[in-house]
Amino acid sequence: MVGYIAQQLVNGLILGSMYALVAIGFTMIYGIIRLINFAHGDIVMIGAFVTLGLVISGQIPFPVIIILVILAGALMGIIIERAAFRPMRGAPQVTGFITSLAVSILLQNLGILLLTAQPRNFFCPDYLQTVFNLGSVSLRTIDLAIVVIAVVLMVFLVLLVRFTRLGMAMRATAENLKVALLMGININRIIMLAFAIGSGLAGVAGMMWGARYGQIDPLLGFVPGLKAFVAAVIGGVGSIPGAMLGGYLLGFAEVLFVGLLPPIYSSYRDAFVFIILILILLVLPTGLLGRKMEEGV
Amino acid sequence: MMGWNRLKWFFPMLILAGAILVFILRSSVNDYILSIICFAGINIILAVSLNLTNGFTGLFSLGHPAFMAVGGYVAAILTFPVTRKAMLLPALPSWLAAQQWSLLPALILGGLCATLAAFLIGFPVLRLKGHYLAVATLGFLIILQVLITNLESFTRGPLGLNGLPLLTNLWWVYLWVVITIYVCWKVKHSSLGRSMLAIRENEMAAECLGIPLSRTRIMAFALGAFFAGVAGCLWAHLVTAITPTSFSVIMAFHLVVMVVVGGSGSITGATIAALMLTSVVEILSPLEENLGAYGISEIIISIGLLLILIYRPRGIFGTQEPAFLVKQRQRVSGEVGRSLSYQNGKGGTS
Repeated sequence: MVGYIAQQLVNGLILGSMYALVAIGFTMIYGIIRLINFAHGDIVMIGAFVTLGLVISGQIPFPVIIILVILAGALMGIIIERAAFRPMRGAPQVTGFITSLAVSILLQNLGILLLTAQPRNFFCPDYLQTVFNLGSVSLRTIDLAIVVIAVVLMVFLVLLVRFTRLGMAMRATAENLKVALLMGININRIIMLAFAIGSGLAGVAGMMWGARYGQIDPLLGFVPGLKAFVAAVIGGVGSIPGAMLGGYLLGFAEVLFVGLLPPIYSSYRDAFVFIILILILLVLPTGLLGRKMEEGV
Repeated sequence: MMGWNRLKWFFPMLILAGAILVFILRSSVNDYILSIICFAGINIILAVSLNLTNGFTGLFSLGHPAFMAVGGYVAAILTFPVTRKAMLLPALPSWLAAQQWSLLPALILGGLCATLAAFLIGFPVLRLKGHYLAVATLGFLIILQVLITNLESFTRGPLGLNGLPLLTNLWWVYLWVVITIYVCWKVKHSSLGRSMLAIRENEMAAECLGIPLSRTRIMAFALGAFFAGVAGCLWAHLVTAITPTSFSVIMAFHLVVMVVVGGSGSITGATIAALMLTSVVEILSPLEENLGAYGISEIIISIGLLLILIYRPRGIFGTQEPAFLVKQRQRVSGEVGRSLSYQNGKGGTS
């Protein structure tokens, strides 16, 4: 029983790492331009397909693949921001939301058009598939890599936001867009950067998703994207540490819900996550680490 | 007073002309085209009723397909032939298994169940605003899909119910299109409708004027849900099958497209947008199948929506009803408040 619970906790940690990476993007973009970016989940899908393409195309070493996937995700984020969200800046909140919904549907269907809706097997190099046992917990190298990469990236991000001039500019912009503009901060660059960083992380999450579950298709990003949004809400939308915390909490909660309750309930897991969302929005709209919002909920 | 007389006769004449058109269509066009026209009609019901929630009251809901699903499933279980029920749904409680209703009572009960669902979900969720409400209603849609998938004794789970009797025809659709547009038009030009518009424009001002916020919001939500439920029943008995994925996020997206393209708050706009979207989908889907280019219609629709949001954010036809349909004193002006709130929301980034 202890071994079973330990295994479930490890699974939760892995799932939580992926949610946290995606949730960071939601939170960064929301923090700066108050936009719930629905299309964020589809960057996960793009990341997964880019990884698959790179793995198939030849002997590219794993670390290089990671960097290329981050760059691809970031590029995608920049393109989306430029093409869809920048012309919409200043429009009412809901307009931005509709825009992101349209972008999401657009990306999913471009995926279907170019790659067909058939799920594809995700190839993972053999050295990442080695199974090893820690006591009663069995892990593959990739599972370990997921957690390590996620933590490294998050530490890197926190350092960037806390201790660099760029990070200071980002925090200032999130604090108050207009005043930041008056202080001579190049808002467009900061917004673009937020999209780039968030989408880069989502791209990596896509690589992890593919490697963990072994199959990818053009619609795979939608539900994880929504769940990562739930994670961001749990942590408090707008707060980067909150998104990380929320991601891990949601990962644990979901895995334990499926693992500890009788199997009949496991098919209710998506419903469970969204019930959490509605409850959190009603009871604790600022999340665990978020600050009081002036408008928002 | 000329305008008053013109209007007094305009609507009955329009309804009569529509009925004649339905009669002609039913005797001259083949079944395939007729079913497309029925879909267009159902989309009009959906777009106009969603407009009541999204457009008039500014409650941005993505939960409309969820109410369709409630209505559709309730009606489907009620109209399902008893013999087929015994075969496909053996676990159904016996009092339900013995029912075999005709379309109209099933439609109304389906609509009422959707309204009930709207009350249940509306009381907690309608406290949220803007895009949080949108996400919460989307969450409700997903929760409901999971429930339908798992309540196998009533819904046959992911397999869905197929072989429903083909009860929907153009007359039923036309009847409900007329009822929906009539009710929404009356609501829009009543004190309830004015309250809704006031809430959309400025909530605090509306509350200060004594408009009961939560009651008006829930009325808008529930009324929209009733028609969505009815549309769900009509849909199910037109397709003659219903599955948990019938009412999906894509459908929610299409409905939002109709409301945005038609100009939020405009009933005529929503009607025309529903007709346009149905035609686009029906023209493009054979293209998709012949070329094997699956996804192309959604791509075109979403790019179209993006362009409209950028260049015509108030919809192709604007948020006003056409002038010739509205008496001068009845014309609802949302324009001033609109442009003000737009400026206030501007982030000052350019």
